[in-house]
Amino acid sequence: MKVLVSVKRVVDFNVKVRVKADGTGVETANVKMSMNPFDEIAVEEAIRLKEAGVVTEIVAVSCGVQACQETLRTALAIGADRAILVESNEDLQPLAVAKLLKAVCAKENPQLVILGKQAIDDDSNQTGQMLAALLGWPQATFASKIKMTREKAEVTREVDGGLETISVRLPAIVTTDLRLNEPRYVTLPNIMKAKKKTLETLKPDALGVDVAPRLQTLKVVEPAKRKAGVKVPDAKTLVDKLRNEAKVI
Amino acid sequence: MPVLVIAEHDHGTLKVATLNTVAAAQKIGGEIHVLVAGHNADGAAKAASQIAGVAKVLNAEAPQLGEFLAENVAALVVSIAKNYTHILAPATSNGKDVTPRIAALLDVQQISEIIAVESPETFVRPIYAGNALATVKSKDAIKVITVRSTGFDAVAANGGNAAIEQLAPPADSGLSSFVSREVSKSERPELTAAKIVVSGGRGMGSGENFKILEPLADKLNAAMGASRAAVDAGFVPNDWQVGQTGKIVAPELYVAVGISGAIQHLAGMKDSRVIVAINKDEEAPIFQVADYGVVGDLFKIVPELVEELKK
Repeated sequence: MKVLVSVKRVVDFNVKVRVKADGTGVETANVKMSMNPFDEIAVEEAIRLKEAGVVTEIVAVSCGVQACQETLRTALAIGADRAILVESNEDLQPLAVAKLLKAVCAKENPQLVILGKQAIDDDSNQTGQMLAALLGWPQATFASKIKMTREKAEVTREVDGGLETISVRLPAIVTTDLRLNEPRYVTLPNIMKAKKKTLETLKPDALGVDVAPRLQTLKVVEPAKRKAGVKVPDAKTLVDKLRNEAKVI
Repeated sequence: MPVLVIAEHDHGTLKVATLNTVAAAQKIGGEIHVLVAGHNADGAAKAASQIAGVAKVLNAEAPQLGEFLAENVAALVVSIAKNYTHILAPATSNGKDVTPRIAALLDVQQISEIIAVESPETFVRPIYAGNALATVKSKDAIKVITVRSTGFDAVAANGGNAAIEQLAPPADSGLSSFVSREVSKSERPELTAAKIVVSGGRGMGSGENFKILEPLADKLNAAMGASRAAVDAGFVPNDWQVGQTGKIVAPELYVAVGISGAIQHLAGMKDSRVIVAINKDEEAPIFQVADYGVVGDLFKIVPELVEELKK
């Protein structure tokens, strides 16, 4: 079974982002970029499925600028077999990415596509569901456990108030939540091996996809800062403040 | 043309997030219709008809809608979408699951988790874990939106008297099926709807130690939450998680115990009215957003706090 995994290059989760002075976005120049954490979980899951003998080939896909090659090399170093970059300098929004991935799916015919549930830059949480819609495939979002059979995937999902298990017919889309797995560390020998793996580059035009953004960002601002309050010496003072000053209890 | 709100419900009752979403719809303007899709959801449909400001309730009733499977709910919404300028759903796990599917089927770029409406085309939404706020304008004919509850004050659950219209749903997609559900049992208020939230972080040290927070939560009638670090460490279930990748809360009072205050966590609670932090590290970033901070050993301070609250 072939699996496609999509990975996004985002500002590293440890970086404190700064809004640009002109209000057009956040500063991304000279900022550490990494693979979106949820996508790492997606790659890891694909590899575990391969190790379990369920999956035979893992194709990592990224949509974006040329530098996304680094992200794909990371996916290859974790254990993906080959990679595809759909290269574009456009501001790729989730619908456009879903259309690009659909076109890649048409070429690759995977039985399963695993994506991170959400990218930590735009926090959209859309691409997997959109891809499922465009392909007419079922979706199992926010997965914390995946059990594969030949025709189906049984997926336990993180939902408000607990867990839910659904069964989806293959081919299907799965998006990952935090507790699905803990991604492995990339080792140096695997980084070296990854350099020899195939990385193919495609263009949106060649795939016949219009990637023009639909949402126009008018401005980006910093949220109002919360002021630090006061430190109180003990529980007694705290309760007094909460009762008589803040009046919340 | 009217605005459609997809109701969040458990068949018998309507979830409060629906009321926040109706509030967002009111800001957009136009007549408001509420869709209650489910199985044996008469109770929820009736409750929806009583929401202040709702003009019509559409009730789609079928066994295949009973578990809110995205494939079936999306097909239903798409079948009536052309009647609406905007389609709104609360940003709950159901809402986040189904709404992008609807948007893609309509060839629309969804606008996720709005916190303000500037005009019928322009909305404000947090990005980068709430470290930036983007104002975005949609060029799509139908706007498909999820609404972050904390951005809009709930409308009144009563005072309306909308007609309930039955809606025939499309057949079961056959693509997916429901297997089972494990609901965390709790007598406490729901995390996203609670007036007071008591959360624990990595500083709790173990799942067992979370028990020390229970008397405090009991005394305050609070919901219990946790930081991602505490969830990652396996102390508590994931549905307790407050933060960028968990739940977004904005209670009257948020008590952060043993939580350092990673950006990820602050994204989920910094709009709370009053924040209390208890942490042994006086340099912890949580103190930069806390209204009241206590530096010290939580295992000593929390029981003291419970004693003080009894007085």
